[in-house]
Amino acid sequence: MFKQTAAITAMNLRGLTQRLGPSSVIVIGIAVTVAVLVSVQAMALGFQKTLSHTGRPDRAIVLRGGSEAELNSTISRENTLTIMDGPGIRKDADGKPLASAEAVAIVALPQKSNDAPANVTMRGVGAKAFALRPEIHLVAGRMFQPALREIIVGTSAQAQFKGLELGSHIGIRDSDWTVVGVFDSNGDAHQSELIGDVETVLSAFRHNLFHSVTVMLESPEAFDHFKDALTTDPTLTVDVEREPDYYAKQSKQLSTVLNFVAYFVGGIAAIGAIVGALNTMYTSVAARALEIATLRAIGFGAGSVIASVMLEALLLALIGAALGATASWIFFNGNTVNTLGSNFSQIVFQLTVSPVLLIWGVVWACFIGLIGGLFPAIRAARLPVAAALRAT
Amino acid sequence: MKYFPLLWAALWRKKARTVFTMVGIIVTFLLFGMLQGVNSAFNHAVDTANVNRLIVTSSIALTESLPFADQAQIEALPGVSRVAHQTWFGAYFQDPKNFLFSFPVDPQSMFDVYPEYTLPKDQLDAFIHTRTGAVIGQELADKYGWKVGDRVPLHSTIWTKADRTSDWTFDVVGIYKCPSDPSQETQFFFNYTYFDEGRSFAKGTVGWYVVQVRDAGQSAQIAGAIDKLFANSTDETKTETEKEFQQAFIKQIADISYIVDRILFAVFFALLLATGTTMMQSVRERVPELAVMKTLGFSDTAVLTLILAESLLLWLFSAALGMGLAALMFPWLKDYVGLAILPVTVLGAGAVLTVLLSMATGLLPAWRAKSLDIVEALRG
Repeated sequence: MFKQTAAITAMNLRGLTQRLGPSSVIVIGIAVTVAVLVSVQAMALGFQKTLSHTGRPDRAIVLRGGSEAELNSTISRENTLTIMDGPGIRKDADGKPLASAEAVAIVALPQKSNDAPANVTMRGVGAKAFALRPEIHLVAGRMFQPALREIIVGTSAQAQFKGLELGSHIGIRDSDWTVVGVFDSNGDAHQSELIGDVETVLSAFRHNLFHSVTVMLESPEAFDHFKDALTTDPTLTVDVEREPDYYAKQSKQLSTVLNFVAYFVGGIAAIGAIVGALNTMYTSVAARALEIATLRAIGFGAGSVIASVMLEALLLALIGAALGATASWIFFNGNTVNTLGSNFSQIVFQLTVSPVLLIWGVVWACFIGLIGGLFPAIRAARLPVAAALRAT
Repeated sequence: MKYFPLLWAALWRKKARTVFTMVGIIVTFLLFGMLQGVNSAFNHAVDTANVNRLIVTSSIALTESLPFADQAQIEALPGVSRVAHQTWFGAYFQDPKNFLFSFPVDPQSMFDVYPEYTLPKDQLDAFIHTRTGAVIGQELADKYGWKVGDRVPLHSTIWTKADRTSDWTFDVVGIYKCPSDPSQETQFFFNYTYFDEGRSFAKGTVGWYVVQVRDAGQSAQIAGAIDKLFANSTDETKTETEKEFQQAFIKQIADISYIVDRILFAVFFALLLATGTTMMQSVRERVPELAVMKTLGFSDTAVLTLILAESLLLWLFSAALGMGLAALMFPWLKDYVGLAILPVTVLGAGAVLTVLLSMATGLLPAWRAKSLDIVEALRG
């Protein structure tokens, strides 16, 4: 049987050039399906990465009570000092608390894709901000200097908005800011932001109230004690949350929408594409019923005919999968998209076509190839030879 | 019409194959309907924008406030008929889930600048004269069961009062309607003076100005004049027509649609390919039948038309099912997109697309059927 299968397969493959039309239909159909499957999942993966990487359980963020988001919150200078004196905050080598009182402002910058202005977060941070957030590291340029109108920009922000190249200037009110560095923060939400010194940001925007205080706790367990101390302090009206909780809450509405896009829209698209590819496959094999009957008539066994048709289908599916996966990787990997997220400002996602996704794409293609090839092949092989020969 | 049974029978020649094809079409049009529906819901605000209105915001971003004193200066410009202002209040009722679009406004100028909002004269007077007065949209009133005379507490996420609390109490004195666009009836307006006196910071500022111009043709010049007025001041402005303002806002959200569009395109392509090959195969199988029909006197054109009609029937039937499903499911998205029914334009676009696709897949097989030679076909 193996010999027979090999003989038919070899013959089929040699004949492939004569059946270029139907074969390329299968290849293209599968390629499109795999491209859709892989890119949909790449999108979902990119969303999750950005939304879930922001924050760690041993860091807490303090906002004015009932303000829900950083941008709405206001905290006086006096109150920020009280908060940074709270219990359970980890101390730096110099004995000062690892905490940063911060201010956020929105600046409208043109998007690279359509030139329309987009709200980008400009964050003013305290001296300990980078000891507090070790995930932020410079990839180009240098750190900003306090008291100078200098900023560092996240790689995602730089990829998506205009005018953020090293050395370029941004005019805000009557002040002029220079981009001196580019940072990466492990793909989290801060990577879509611009960061500068808090005092300089406050004075440039003529604001005198801070928006939030972020602190590093001695341990994740120190949170409750810290929170209790702050919320029972009569001079403060604040909400204290662990960073992951805060960011999860902030991105809840956005992630509902994004999950809808990725899973509902993507799911329907995938079903549509799979049904399409199955149908193409089915039709092309069914079209060869006469050929199969002929092979049977000259003495080849049903099993080897089925096996060889399947092998050919699989091979075509694999070629299609390779094409589709490559195309989605070229078009989508590392591609960034932005949308309006929490805090009324932009969040940038990076689409990630990981090897796992590519493998999944190939597995799906094989599945489509098998199902789409199996049933018509079995049907064709089981038809009485004479009937099949007469039928067409 | 008399050929309908023939077409229908031809379609169901191979049941499994037709069902497969139909599922593909239904699913794709379901997706198309939903996505186009969402798209047109986003564009709804752009389509309904008033051409006589300009929006003046801070040139830095919408979130930066402007001095209250700008109002008189803008109003003095030639061609400007009325200036109103709004400020983002960012409030909810009882629970953060019950978020409200609420704005402190000057009652008289607000309803002058938005003539499409209708409010009884006595309610407007009450609004002007009640310090804690609020006027709310009909839909909002229905949602919470609020009526004139009710006292409503709101929690602002931004604005604290001198006593450091953020709870503000309002008396509902009027309910406005917007007959031309009921989706606008969800706003909550209240007196700016009450707000400005009560808040603990940023006194004497407003969020943005809404400028009504006398002649829409002059919008661009007036917008330029307003921005020039405040150029090089500490609060530079950016003035756009209401339409431009809404468009810019959509562009902030809608980068995602770029990817979604591509996926949709790829799915349609896969569908076209699949349905095309299926139709081709179906005609190939029927060569002897078609030859018999031609022998019986069907003209070449009649055969061509029959095959095209078969393709059209397949697409129309399945696409209608898909769009129908989309129309049924669309109301689920109301909380996100604000529109409760799938716009008719989407259905129209779907119909046009269906016809185009059916012709694209039907033409090649139909041509083959038309050019069949009877003798050859019968012998084959």
